Amino acid sequence: MTLPAITIRNLVKRFGETTVLQDINLEIPEGKVSCLIGPSGSGKSTLLRCLAFLEESTSGMITINGEALGFFEKPEGKRERLPPAQIRAVRAQTGMVFQQFNLWPHMTALGNVSEALKIVRKLSKADAEEKAMAQLRKVGLENRAGHYPSQLSGGQQQRVAIARALALEPKIMLFDEATSALDPELTGEVLKVMRDLAEEGMTMVVVTHEIGFAATVGQQISFLDHGKLLFSGPPSEVFAKPRHPRLDQFLDTYLDRGASMLI
Amino acid sequence: MMFNPQVIIEKLPELGSGLFVTLLLWIAGIAGGVVIGFLVATARRFGGFATNAVLGSVVEVLRGTPFLIQIFLLYYGGPFVGLMLDPIPCGLIGLTVYSAAYYSEIFRAGFAAVPVGHVEAAGCLGMTRLQTIRRIQIPEMALIVLPPAVNLSVILLKESAVLSIITVPELTATVSAIGSQQYAYLEAIFILAVVYWALVELTDRLGRAAEYRLSRLRFLKA
Repeated sequence: MTLPAITIRNLVKRFGETTVLQDINLEIPEGKVSCLIGPSGSGKSTLLRCLAFLEESTSGMITINGEALGFFEKPEGKRERLPPAQIRAVRAQTGMVFQQFNLWPHMTALGNVSEALKIVRKLSKADAEEKAMAQLRKVGLENRAGHYPSQLSGGQQQRVAIARALALEPKIMLFDEATSALDPELTGEVLKVMRDLAEEGMTMVVVTHEIGFAATVGQQISFLDHGKLLFSGPPSEVFAKPRHPRLDQFLDTYLDRGASMLI
Repeated sequence: MMFNPQVIIEKLPELGSGLFVTLLLWIAGIAGGVVIGFLVATARRFGGFATNAVLGSVVEVLRGTPFLIQIFLLYYGGPFVGLMLDPIPCGLIGLTVYSAAYYSEIFRAGFAAVPVGHVEAAGCLGMTRLQTIRRIQIPEMALIVLPPAVNLSVILLKESAVLSIITVPELTATVSAIGSQQYAYLEAIFILAVVYWALVELTDRLGRAAEYRLSRLRFLKA
């Protein structure tokens, strides 16, 4: 068996008095699509943001391809923060896609994708733009390279954001409700890009409300509720009846909206 | 008594030297104020709670007291703590510190106006904090801070007239001296108003042109 891409051990996250993640233990398998589902406020986005080190966990450990993210554990069990350069090196293994795209408005699509190649990877302008163009081509947007984000549709913006993350060749892609800000038609074009990525064997962690996507593309489904990981497994097990009562209750709201054919 | 601007026009060379001192102090004051103001805003944002609290209090004091009184304290009160300054350096320091307080507030608002997600995206792509400030935050806030920054610069030009009371030979001091020598106060004050107004108008237009170019660059080029 191959090593897990990400190991999450005893992860706790508190915001002041509120505990948003309670003792999460999860292994994200390499080369597979892991979906985090659950109701709003269940902690699934916070968990993903911990994996991207956008939130610092209160306790517990995350390792990415065997390397500790953010903190190392001393023998007596205390955590200590790693130096910034080391944190950046481990973070470089992941690419993040946000619900709100977060493209930089003062740069074109090509500028957005090539920026980090230039200033982080120190590639020449020509090399960076060539690589960036290849990524834009991959998401079907090479003819929009010179457009500013304000001139692109939401779906196109999200595809540029995916290209921007892919340009740095991460081993793992993290998606935080990547389609929640899009209408159903635009959602389709973004999900297609994500499906293509999954077919290439990219390790993906996907926080989503698209239960259909989770059921058909996901290979590991983890269900969170009130900051707890209730269960995790392949979709055939998770969605098979009899289901966990909390999941049943959660899925009811989707079945009400006619998604029954999907699961 | 007639309104006779001729008296003043004869003194154009003196007026020119006063204008030169005003422009020098004004532009240097803006430059120093922008640089220090930006550093203060950056330190307040990233320097932790204590830095923010200390710098915040200093800014509040500077914003909460009249420039006239600050410059008085610096020039006449300075010697008591061993700070002997000639009028021009004193005016320059006063103007810089005063404007830095206001510029820092403009930049603080500018930092706050850049969505957190844009900064997070930069972090996820491996940019350091410095790279993010330089490549993402400053360019993004430029368009937001430009109008209030130009407005503040215009106010500073007019505030620089206050420096005449500590005998800085700037425009207002020069012109009122001419006025009292020639017994032509009204003409002097009138010319003064015209010169300040012309400078303000010019600054405003430059600011608007810069704003237009910046927004065109960002939103219209395809």
